[in-house]
Amino acid sequence: MDLFEYQGKQYFARFGIPTSPGGIADNADEAVDRADQVGYPVVVKAQVQVGGRGKAGGIKIAADAEEVRRHASAILGMDIRGHLVRRLWIEHASDIAAEYYASFTLDRAAKMHLGMVSARGGVDIEQVAEEDPGAIARLHIDPIDGFDEAAAARLVTEAGLDPQAREGATEVLVKLYRCFVEGDADLVEINPLILTPDGRVHALDAKVVLDDSAAFRHPEWEEFRGLEELDARERLAREKGLQYVGLDGTVGIIANGAGLAMSTCDVVQQVGGSPANFLDIGGGANADQMANALEVINTDEKVKAIFINIFGGITRGEEVANGIVQALSRVDLKAPIVIRLDGTNAEEGRRILAAHESDRLVSVPTMLEAARKATAMAGGTPR
Amino acid sequence: MSIFVDEHTKVVIQGLSPTGQGLYHGLRNRAYGTQVVAGTNPRRGGEIIEGIPVFATVAEAVQATGANASFIAVPPAGAPNAILEAAEAGVPFIVCITEFIPAQDEARVYSILRRNFPSVRLLGPNCPGIISPGKCNIGITSGDIALPGGPVGLVSRSGTVFYQALYELTQQGVGQTTGVGIGGDPVPGTSFIDCLQAFEADPETKAVLLIGEIGGSEEERAAEFIGAQLSKPVVAYIAGVTAPPGRRMGHAGAIISGSHGTAQAKMAALEAAGATVAMNPTEAGEKMVQIVRGLR
Repeated sequence: MDLFEYQGKQYFARFGIPTSPGGIADNADEAVDRADQVGYPVVVKAQVQVGGRGKAGGIKIAADAEEVRRHASAILGMDIRGHLVRRLWIEHASDIAAEYYASFTLDRAAKMHLGMVSARGGVDIEQVAEEDPGAIARLHIDPIDGFDEAAAARLVTEAGLDPQAREGATEVLVKLYRCFVEGDADLVEINPLILTPDGRVHALDAKVVLDDSAAFRHPEWEEFRGLEELDARERLAREKGLQYVGLDGTVGIIANGAGLAMSTCDVVQQVGGSPANFLDIGGGANADQMANALEVINTDEKVKAIFINIFGGITRGEEVANGIVQALSRVDLKAPIVIRLDGTNAEEGRRILAAHESDRLVSVPTMLEAARKATAMAGGTPR
Repeated sequence: MSIFVDEHTKVVIQGLSPTGQGLYHGLRNRAYGTQVVAGTNPRRGGEIIEGIPVFATVAEAVQATGANASFIAVPPAGAPNAILEAAEAGVPFIVCITEFIPAQDEARVYSILRRNFPSVRLLGPNCPGIISPGKCNIGITSGDIALPGGPVGLVSRSGTVFYQALYELTQQGVGQTTGVGIGGDPVPGTSFIDCLQAFEADPETKAVLLIGEIGGSEEERAAEFIGAQLSKPVVAYIAGVTAPPGRRMGHAGAIISGSHGTAQAKMAALEAAGATVAMNPTEAGEKMVQIVRGLR
């Protein structure tokens, strides 16, 4: 789960990472109230989960209430690279002496934590990595050893941060690492981490990606939910516990397992069709999950045919078949179904389906043939 | 020959209970011919479930039965400790199919294994398991889709595409020495390279089918190994050619970030390393069949 900047800052606060005083606002009046509370000048910041907010005009400095009102009105409702601005973060503007970069993530290649610090903050770090890789100090951290103050101090020195920032930055890094590990994040990033003229170091931005798998031990994450940028289909799928990504085509896709779901999208495309979505019903999906998946697909007006591609392993063929039969009686499906079923208990599944086959439910023996059939039923010309 | 497991492999099912996934798939594994010798459950030590003796701990199970592999299908909160319990009990090969283990836990467990139990191999988590056709099947793969006798070694990050690929080969009458599902999580215990090394060393494996997917750089590193050290022909397929960037496709690992992790980049790297790259699992099967026929 990606957090908005203001949520990331709230999360940082739990771990004692200093940020500027600020508050959220959903309209211009609220923005002025927040600005009055934190003190002028303030920064009015669009809350969207996409980079390049500043360049797009989504971040503005305001010296007084009148300016806050003007900027807030202009930014709310703005479309920033396809993301609608619904919320603002108003914070006291900081004087900046220097801008740095700091992050922790998992380096999958090394199978260790990776800490990165740079004296070149405030710009796109991927660009820095390309142009001047030496400007980023990196440290691999064994999760058993952890990351202490001495390690943080070394990293800060190696990155060449200004001497007056080193103590503050070291402190922030230790806290940021705790936020990464105890906070079960996939990524914590501060860009920029700033030094103020009076020698304080604090986070001016916050990028936090939480690990959804760890939600079971973080009941406090509930407050972050419901505000995510999902379309209606994705929201419904999330509620039903399905992995769904909306695409633009006409062939609705349901498969078990992320790999097979991706592969099914690929094959549909290769035979000349267009996938409407990626939907993984997950391992061990039962009849109810299948019925839920069909309900979600059914809300997509563009879908003209549904391709269900199941290779049972932990998922059992008879459960899949029962789910389809259940869905047929529960949901008024707008599009016909093409199903291909193999693997664990596939024969039993095919037997259950045989009694319900019609021009609305067609069983096809192979993945490729099924992709062609679904493409044709969606009005395309299969290759 | 097979890699990692064979007909002598004796399996203990951790967290065995009358209603769990472990029993259902453990019994299927046993019906396939796998030696399922024990189960563990701290509350059911001394019981016998479906003919499988249950012990309170893995250590007791190993001592009593000589188990040398474990199968873990317990929920995410308990899986990390189950893996470590097996390692501490001296089990050299651990298969964990559990999905949605927090990444921080996976990284910590991997690190403990690497440091304290270097001879222990963890397969997974979030993987379908391993099958050596006709000899041993640990995990959730339906045994009837595999064909004994080799000569193909199969390794896959995706679970269901793993089945699809096995099935494509089997339908064409091409057997497998071993199929390994390494899983799609961020910190897999066993990597592509671990499997490629083992297949290279196995005289009965004559060719390798590699199934990757978008995200991470495992496939790129596998390509480096293939180019430098693998003498056997490789067919590769990468799932997610049509995946949009920045959207996570189910697996924790399956995400294209920036220009990294795309199917195109992975396919190019594999092709440059001399692998034959297929566009879908069916084509991968067909290309492998051609290669195998050429070997005979």
